[in-house]
Amino acid sequence: MSIAWNAFTPASALIGGAIIGAAAALFAVLNGRIAGISGILGGLMRPQAGDVSWRIAFVAGLVAAPLTWGLVAALPEIRVDASVPTLAAAGLLVGAGTRYGGGCTSGHGVCGVSRLSPRSIVATLSFMAAGFATVFVARHLIGS
Amino acid sequence: MYTAASFTAGLVFGLGLIVAGMANPAKVLGFLDLAGAWDPSLALVMVGAIAVGAGAFALMKERTRTLLGAPVLLRSARRIDRRLVLGSLVFGLGWGLSGICPGPALVLAGTGSGKGLVFLVAMLAGNGIFEFLESRREPAQSATT
Repeated sequence: MSIAWNAFTPASALIGGAIIGAAAALFAVLNGRIAGISGILGGLMRPQAGDVSWRIAFVAGLVAAPLTWGLVAALPEIRVDASVPTLAAAGLLVGAGTRYGGGCTSGHGVCGVSRLSPRSIVATLSFMAAGFATVFVARHLIGS
Repeated sequence: MYTAASFTAGLVFGLGLIVAGMANPAKVLGFLDLAGAWDPSLALVMVGAIAVGAGAFALMKERTRTLLGAPVLLRSARRIDRRLVLGSLVFGLGWGLSGICPGPALVLAGTGSGKGLVFLVAMLAGNGIFEFLESRREPAQSATT
């Protein structure tokens, strides 16, 4: 392992993380819910009366974030290297996997680990391990 | 008020993702590439998020109503089973192929990125596949019990 010191951005990572944590905190303290994005989105697939508007509002907030940012400053670099077919396959896997696993990086990774939920810690270790393994295979076994 | 708070939480969450670099799939893949030139930044994103989030969850643990008077719905499943692990592994596979997870997928769509939209549509299709399989599973399950 070698650390890419030129790519390492500790300050913005910590500050950005704290902002994400603040959003999850706000949502817990005001709405009494877990800020789990796969679950919030997935709940819209089977809409229940009275359970729709807050979900749409949260999703709209996320989509509005880059637009709001753009009003004030230029967005930082956003680069998608994967091909369109790979993105389509990856999207399907993420969409189905997060629903079976009952959460993603936000619900399990941020909120669940913050609450020391054993279930979320197991989920987080599982998706991190699979992510590390996938990039290893794609970049160093197939890609080399 | 409840809906406005939800929008605000989503907006702040999305801004945090952009500041952190999580909305940039290339940076996420740099974190997942342990064997290459490893960018440890995203570990610090988790540290920052958990440090701030943990206090709020601890505060809400004993409460039954939120500051807006809404019910606290923070109790969640505790089961650790094959679905949890296999689902999370499948998610990690997709995450590793793309560098995109659900929150950043929505932020990317908001930037108007065509590739981001492809991912988002496929992700929603994946949600749909899950719902379809679940709806077939439920009658079969109730028939056996």
